[in-house]
Formats: sequence, structure tokens, C-alpha cells
Amino acid sequence: MRKRILGVVALSAALVAGAGGLTACGSSDSGSDSKTITYWASNQGSSLQNDKDVLGPELKKFTKQTGIKVKLQVIGWNDLLNKITTATTSGQGPDVVNIGNTWSASLAATGAFVDFDKSHMDKIGGQDKFLATSMSSTGAAGKTTASVPLYGLSYGLFYNKKMFADAGIKNPPASWQELVTDAKKLTKPGGKQYGITLAGASYTENAHFAFIFGQQQGGNFFDKSGKPTFDTPANVKAVQQYTDLISKDKVATPASAEHTTTNDAVEDFTSGKAAMLLGQNNTNTGIEANGMKKSDYAVAPIPILTPLPAGGKKINSHVAGINIAAFKGGNETGAMKFIKFMTSAKEQVILDKAFNALPVTTEAAKDPAFQTPENKMFVDVLANTSAPMPMITDESQFETTVGNAMKDLIAQAATGKTVSAADVKKSLDDAQQKMQSGG
Amino acid sequence: MTATENAVREGRRAGKGSAKTPRRRRVAQNRWLPYLLLAPAIIFELLVHVIPMLTGIGISFLKLNQFFLRNWLEAPFAGLSNYHYAVDVNGSIGKALLWSFVVTIGFTILVVGLSWVLGMFAAVMLQRSFRGRALLRTIFLIPYALPVYAGVIVWKFMLSRDNGMVNHLLAQLHITDGHTFWLIGNNAFASIVVVAVWRLWPFALLTLMAGMQSLPTDVYEAAAVDGAGMWQQFRKLTMPMLRGINQVLILVLFLWTFNDFNVPYTLFSASIPKSADLISIHVYQSSFQNFNFGLGSAMSVLLLLFLLVVTGLYLLFTSRRSRRA
Repeated sequence: MRKRILGVVALSAALVAGAGGLTACGSSDSGSDSKTITYWASNQGSSLQNDKDVLGPELKKFTKQTGIKVKLQVIGWNDLLNKITTATTSGQGPDVVNIGNTWSASLAATGAFVDFDKSHMDKIGGQDKFLATSMSSTGAAGKTTASVPLYGLSYGLFYNKKMFADAGIKNPPASWQELVTDAKKLTKPGGKQYGITLAGASYTENAHFAFIFGQQQGGNFFDKSGKPTFDTPANVKAVQQYTDLISKDKVATPASAEHTTTNDAVEDFTSGKAAMLLGQNNTNTGIEANGMKKSDYAVAPIPILTPLPAGGKKINSHVAGINIAAFKGGNETGAMKFIKFMTSAKEQVILDKAFNALPVTTEAAKDPAFQTPENKMFVDVLANTSAPMPMITDESQFETTVGNAMKDLIAQAATGKTVSAADVKKSLDDAQQKMQSGG
Repeated sequence: MTATENAVREGRRAGKGSAKTPRRRRVAQNRWLPYLLLAPAIIFELLVHVIPMLTGIGISFLKLNQFFLRNWLEAPFAGLSNYHYAVDVNGSIGKALLWSFVVTIGFTILVVGLSWVLGMFAAVMLQRSFRGRALLRTIFLIPYALPVYAGVIVWKFMLSRDNGMVNHLLAQLHITDGHTFWLIGNNAFASIVVVAVWRLWPFALLTLMAGMQSLPTDVYEAAAVDGAGMWQQFRKLTMPMLRGINQVLILVLFLWTFNDFNVPYTLFSASIPKSADLISIHVYQSSFQNFNFGLGSAMSVLLLLFLLVVTGLYLLFTSRRSRRA
């Protein structure tokens, strides 16, 4: 008898253990009435707390104007997409949410967000108030968008002025080849100093660079019908352009392979371990939070391959940024009022200044605060040498599959293996198979 | 038939003679009482485990991606295609799953083995009373008492390449140059094994210590008089008397380790290295990172079947052996 009980207990333990894998975790944040909205903000500042500190006073203003209370939750980038996915599945989401603008088309496809048709656009002040570049990253072409721009971002090359001077380098690199040469000069034997640091374990950063360098190499990760074409020779070269920094040229800090966010890489930069850093304009916040003075570093556009390979484009950033969206079925009226408030010229100036972002509306962009040379450079990149990531429903899978494949390649390179073109092709091939199984 | 059962029957028989109806009603009521008392547990079990599990099995037959997330009942039927992807070892998905399975088996054997050996060793050492025993017991249980996240995140800091304590220590002792990667590449496997053992062995210790409390001391005294040394006492007395406990302990350790999600997820975030690609994280990534919940569920169902088979065989084998003994 005792044996049998033991057996039953053990078997049910096995079942329970197995079931754990099957049960998706859910979180609920709804329960909003007409006088409250829940808002999931993305991490724009130097820490989650910093975001709360910046947004707090602004949300109070909104409550004062409209009588609607805002329940704020700031979510880190590694969790945001998951949390949105879970909220979509359970139907228990917040009322308003920030999304990475590259996910627009993928998330719009879930049908979880309110569509910004004419009537909804009018409620937030009309489509014309937004900058055209920012609007280009809000969804699939020809479809009604399900999110509107909130913060504008673009990539730049941050460099340490003193380290450049010490190495006898007068100007920031003008071509990608020059960047590699400079980085070699800046790399000292013994592992004390490197040319550059990367966020090599961040799948989103990796995917962005695969796309940007893909544009330079004349590659495309999707064909016209939206089918993945990950392993073309141009895309292989694009991925190598990035991974070579740590693999072939060995100019990136080995710890790059462990950095899961740009903020991790920032530490290498501010501690003088690396002289350069590729980051979006909001990286400023992290650099200064780490105690580096504005006068000690400068920003330049990320240099482009010169001459460009056949079919290559002069692109050194994707149209980066954050969009804001409203979940269906919540307090939609309140949500629209809130989105109107957040994209108003006055709030744009305050928030973009605090987060080192670029305004997404024409009126706010005219504010003198954004006319500094550094800001002008980021605006110029965004307006002239950036391209939107593919605005197709599979985009977020492109980021996860290719971004993670690159993370593995970078880890291999950091632990001593040379990453060959064949290795890159194979991992892109695997990434494509993974993606097709889901499509 | 036990004495209690006999007594109950006697009682029933006696009841038949006198005042029939009220007694019978009471017996009828009593018959329902156990079910009534069990009902809340059964309902919760259904809600918390059985229904989600059946839902998961259902999802594994669907083509559930981002288009149907919001209303997954409308997702198209996929038949066995998710299973086909998962077991096709020539495709990259099946190959990756097989690799992850092999890694997980290796990881489980090492972690369960080491945790058990450590737990057993410490339990035997702590069996006899000496000064500071209570203190040692408490210290040994700390890893188990700490919240997983708090404990493992400290390991993550210690194992980081540039600022980690482990590399610093190894360099100070001139064992390595202090530039070893512990969280990526092949060393990641060793790291996850060490952290998982650190986390799990106190449970083995706790269970074995509790089991040893109930062992009769006179047997040991008799054995000592007969000239049995410590090793012989351990082999001939402790081990056989702890058989029942070991049987359950090893099974539970196995199931927990095989399915462990928290430790690897906290240690590596979402970016788990290939050498430590444990199956629970693998399934999670297939579902959440690739938006392919059908495939993820199919993998989970396969995992469940595997665990059921292993558990069944284990129980069959161990109970047969103990019956023979």
C-alpha cells in the first residue's frame, strides 16, 4: 500500500513538473475604469527609476488636465516584447503601451491595438503633426497604423576625444575601413584598451546592425513578397562586417560578448576600456549617468563602407525610435487623450530633452533645445541616411532569430574561435528555418 | 484486513439490529464526507494543472503565431506538423532540440549526482553531535533558503569576465590569467552545473538528515559492537534503511533539475549559450522569441511524455528491487 501511494505521488509530481513547461505565465494589469489608465513605458533613461522620475511629474500634469489617473509601469527592453505578447494572449493588457517602432507591423498583425484610422488620428491631433520620417516606422505600407511615433532615435558613433588624441587620430573615421584602422591603433596589447565596445549579447542591437550593414552591402533580409532571404552573400558579409570587429580584427572588448544591453557596453566606454561605441542618441543619458563629462566625448555619424559594393546604399542607421499604442478593449477614450498629451509639442520638448531623444512632431523639432550640433547630426542621420527596418509582420522574428544567431557567433569569436563566412551562412540558414516554421 | 476495518464492520453489523434508519443515513453521509473534503483540492488541481496542461496539448496541434495570439481558438489546425518539426533531426529545429535534450540529460545527471553525494556526505557527517553542528546545518541550508533570483544574480556578478570575483581570485592565485569567460562558450556548462548544485544540494541534505533522524540508534550500536567500521555501517545499515527516502529524493531531484527554468534563466538572461542550452529555456525561446507557440507546446508535450516514461520505468525498477530485498 505504501509503495502505491509513493508511486502515485511520484507520478503526479512528474505530471506537475511537465505541466510547468506547458503553462504560459500570465499577468494582468487591467481593471481600469474611465478615470484611470494603465501605462507600460519602455526604459528610455539610465535606469527604470530614472524613467519613473522623469515621467512622474508629467503624468501628474495629465491628471490635472483631464482628471484621469495614470498607473505607470516601466519595463526593461529584454522583457517588453514578451510582456506585450502575453498581454495580447490573455487580453489583460494595459491601456497604453510603448513599443519599439521596428515591431510595429508585427504587433499590428496581432490585432490587439487600436487602429489609428482618420477618426482616431483626429482625436490625437491629426497625422500631419508628425514628422514624415517618424511616420515611416509605424507599420506596413498601405495599412492603417496601429501605433504613432513617440520618441525619435538614430545611431551615431560615440568616441573618446582624449583616447583619439593620444593615438594621434585627429578626426572621427570617415569610412568604415578607416574605423577599423583607427580601432586597431586604439587597441593595445595586454587587454587593457580596445578600439570599440559592442552590446554583443543584445539580440535587438545585433539585428539592427545586420540590417544597417545589410543595406550598405546591398543585401535584403526579405524579398519583395516578404519571404526571408537571410543567407544571401550580401547578408553574410553584412553580419561579418559586425562580427569581424571581435573575430578577425580583434578590436572590440572581449566582454562585448557578455553585454546584454547598450548600457552594459557604456561601462567599457566610460571606464576608458574602449574608445568607441555605436549607440543611439539616448546613449548620452547612460554615459553621463556613469560620470563621463560631455566635454570628454563626441559623436559622429557611423562611417559607411567606401566605396559601396554594388547595390549598396548610404545607410548608417535604421529609423529608430519608440512608438506609442493603445490596447483594444480598455479605456480607449482615456488612452487617446493620453497619447495626444504625450505627443503634444510641449511634452515632446520636455520628454525628449530628458531622455536625449529627438522630437517626432514638426512643431517640437523647431524648439531651440534641439538645435545643438550634436542633435542636428542625429536629425540629419534620421532624415538622410536612415532606412526603416522591414515593415512586415515577420519583423520581430527577424530580430529574434538573426539577432540571437549573431549573439552566438560573437560569443564564439570572443572565446577564441574564428568566425568564417561559412559559419555565418550556416547560422543565418538555421535562423531562416526557425523563422519559416512559425510563418 | 486491519483492526480498524474490522471494528467498522462490527459497528455496522451491530447497527443493523437496532434503530435502523438514522444510522444508515449517517453512514451514507460519512461516505460522501471524504469526497467533500477532497473537492477543493481536486478543483484547484484541475484549474492549476490539469486544464492548462490539456490546453497546452491542444495548442501543440495548432499553428499558433502572432496573427492568432489574441484569439487563439481561431488558429488553423496544424495536425502533426509541429511534432514533425520537433523530431526531424535533419532539420535545424529538430537538431537543435536534440542537442538541447542531450545537454539537459548531461546536466541533470551531473547535478543530481553531485547534489546527492554532497547531501549524503554532509548528512552523515552531521549525524553525530558535535559543537557547532546547529550552526553548520543553518549555513548549509542558506542557498536553499535564498530566493532563486537573489542567489543566482550574485553568481552572475561573480562569474562575469571583467569584474567578476571568480576571475579575480583565479588570477590572484596564478591559476589562470583572469580573462576566462564563464557565462558564454563552453565554460557556461560548468558554470550552470556549479550554480545548480549549489542551489539544490541543501535540499538533498535536508531530506537525508530528516530521514536519518528516524533511524534506530541501537542497530548502529550493535553493529559497532560486532566490529563494523563507519564505511560498513554506512553501506550495510544507513543505505538500506534510507532506500525509500532515496527513491523519492532522487526522483524529485531529477524532475526539478530536468525542468529547471529559474536558475539558467537568471544566470544567462534570455541569451543562453549553446553549451548550456537547457530544454526548458529552449522551449521557452521557441515559443516566445519566435512567436511560435504551437511548436513550443509540441516540444513541451514531448518533454512531458519523456518524463512520464522515465518516471514510470524508475518506479517499476526501484519498487521491484525493493520487493526482492
